[in-house]
Amino acid sequence: MTTIQARIAKEPGSLRRWVSRHSPPYWLSLVGVGWMVLFFLIPLISGLIVSLETGNPVKGYTLTWNWHIYSQIFVHSDIPYTTFFIRSLIYGGSATILCILIAYPMAYYIAFRVSPRWKNSLLLLVLISFFISFVIRTDMWAFVLADQGIVVTTLRHLHLVSANFHILGTAGAVIGGDVYNNLAFMVLPIYVALERIDVRILEAARDLYANSRQTFLKTVLPLSRAGIFAGVLLVFISTVGDPVNSALLGGANTYTIGQAIQDAYLNNQQFNVAAALSTMLMLMLGVIMFIYARIFGTENIENLV
Amino acid sequence: MDPALFRGLTQRRLPRRELLRSAGLGAGLLGFSALLGACGIAGSASREGSDVNWDSFWAQQRKTGVLNFANWPLYIDTEHGRSQSLALFTKATGIKVNYEAVIQNNEPFYATIEPQLAAGESTGYDLAVFTNGWNLTQLIDSNFLVELDHSKLPNFQRYASDLVRNPNYDPGNKHSVTWQTGFTGIAYNTKYIDREITSFDDLADPAFSGHVGMMNDNVELGCAALLHMGVNPEVSTPKDWQESTKWLKKQRRLVSGYYDQSYIQHLENGDTWITQAWSGDVFQANQSGYPHLKFVVPKEGQIVWHDNMVILRGAQNPVSALEWMNFYYTPKIAGIVENWVNYVCPVPEAQRYIMDVLKDPTVANSPLVFPSASIDAVSHGYYVYKDYDEYQQWNDTYNPIIES
Repeated sequence: MTTIQARIAKEPGSLRRWVSRHSPPYWLSLVGVGWMVLFFLIPLISGLIVSLETGNPVKGYTLTWNWHIYSQIFVHSDIPYTTFFIRSLIYGGSATILCILIAYPMAYYIAFRVSPRWKNSLLLLVLISFFISFVIRTDMWAFVLADQGIVVTTLRHLHLVSANFHILGTAGAVIGGDVYNNLAFMVLPIYVALERIDVRILEAARDLYANSRQTFLKTVLPLSRAGIFAGVLLVFISTVGDPVNSALLGGANTYTIGQAIQDAYLNNQQFNVAAALSTMLMLMLGVIMFIYARIFGTENIENLV
Repeated sequence: MDPALFRGLTQRRLPRRELLRSAGLGAGLLGFSALLGACGIAGSASREGSDVNWDSFWAQQRKTGVLNFANWPLYIDTEHGRSQSLALFTKATGIKVNYEAVIQNNEPFYATIEPQLAAGESTGYDLAVFTNGWNLTQLIDSNFLVELDHSKLPNFQRYASDLVRNPNYDPGNKHSVTWQTGFTGIAYNTKYIDREITSFDDLADPAFSGHVGMMNDNVELGCAALLHMGVNPEVSTPKDWQESTKWLKKQRRLVSGYYDQSYIQHLENGDTWITQAWSGDVFQANQSGYPHLKFVVPKEGQIVWHDNMVILRGAQNPVSALEWMNFYYTPKIAGIVENWVNYVCPVPEAQRYIMDVLKDPTVANSPLVFPSASIDAVSHGYYVYKDYDEYQQWNDTYNPIIES
């Protein structure tokens, strides 16, 4: 700072030059920063502020800096909110892993094994379910997986399961719904990453006596990391906070944090509790994503775009 | 020499950058504190308007040609997308009805219209349908509703059933008249349960483990537990509420889920064999391919609830709304609606209209649509919360059962 000032003092007119040389990156980032402030920072802070208010919907809520709410929710509540958080993370995590396991072969097949003229049709098939509202599709799964539905009755007729076997109402059904609803968000980024791989690299690997397994592990998988990274972000965040799958496909013991937030806000009208829960959820996801990005590196995303 | 010039020449000038910085800081602080100050959420009670003279309000209102009617889905007679009852209304009065089935549930709809009501603005709806419960109590207590002019509702006086007159949640029908009534009892699937179901105790029978459905509406859930305990919810106390959770906690391990309106789907699909149920849903299921579902009134009693037409403050067409209420309370119109909706009709004489004119004995003779007079003795209403704190206490009592 002092040297700049000294230089500016020495050379008249150099301030303008200095500013014009150094400011463009800041100007260019303005849109991005504005976006983050408008759609991330302000919602987060206003959520935090509402959570620190006390009152009720009739008399109104006023800001009293009631940090107590967080200990009330997580320690002294009859409702086990901590359990809901852990449960949601487990559901979201399992759904994300399953999505990778299912989506990777799909994307691989479309990227490498299909003749180019079929690629677009297959990608359209991946997306086609989005033509119908996902709530309706999830509700249809409730019908298919019902105790007298086609899946369970078939399994029962084949004597593969006992008479008391359920699918609906279990954690498995909720995770399955999460996977089904988010699969495309995993397939597409992985496909994009795979599509960019130069086939000549694979040929080179083979020329250097790599067998197909080594080729995959040493070239294809590392080169498609960016796609998996992006897919994990998309799927994990949306499944952890999801209230719909657990409400429609879940049962008495699959209550998730998304449902808790919805019920606290709409039914109980406890705006501060709802805000505290969603602030916690956002912070938790933020921390998890930060650690995840530190471990796997954000340059992954850069490779993709 | 001009003293101002002298001062300007001799005094230290505020460097421009510093000036800007301090101005920015000041504005920032000001903005932030203003932001925090504005951050509080106004309560619904903050709106004035308890001192409205409703006689002069109605005297000032003029008839308009429109009615904006917000209702629940599948809750009015519909044929090829058109409602005969609304068409008859338009024909008789010249009032065009914008009918919108926008209410999925009380709470989200209340949350949608509350900001406008609190700001004293029009919600765009004149008439809305709310179930008696916390949201309706909140609407009444917050002066969000227009008081009805009963001198313009002669048909209500003449035809309304005793069940819907002078309810505990709105004494004297000051703000509301019932659109449809329903009972909450037990329904079961006779395919899987071959014994007679008579009591709430059957919801706790270990033989049905994993196939018992309960409602995630904590009012219905709590009322079932209170009735099971032999307490009338209308006159129950917080002590009773606490006591009644014991049964719910014990019964919880048999429960396959706490459901919203989808409970009937789960009963039809065989996920649940026995469930808390609303009479109208079971009647409709019986008519549409599920004749083996049966609704029973538990021997401990059942719950009766009402979906009510109310006129929202700020309504542009209150006269039209009142006129529709009066028009609805006739055997003919109530009969046309009832023959399609199949909940409990607020106009007993519609039974004869459905029988003689519409010639639909299934509906006319159903005790679920036209209950016998003796049903009153076993039917109890919801508890009416005095304020939000009581509602909160109810939530704190029963939510841990559902949310676990």
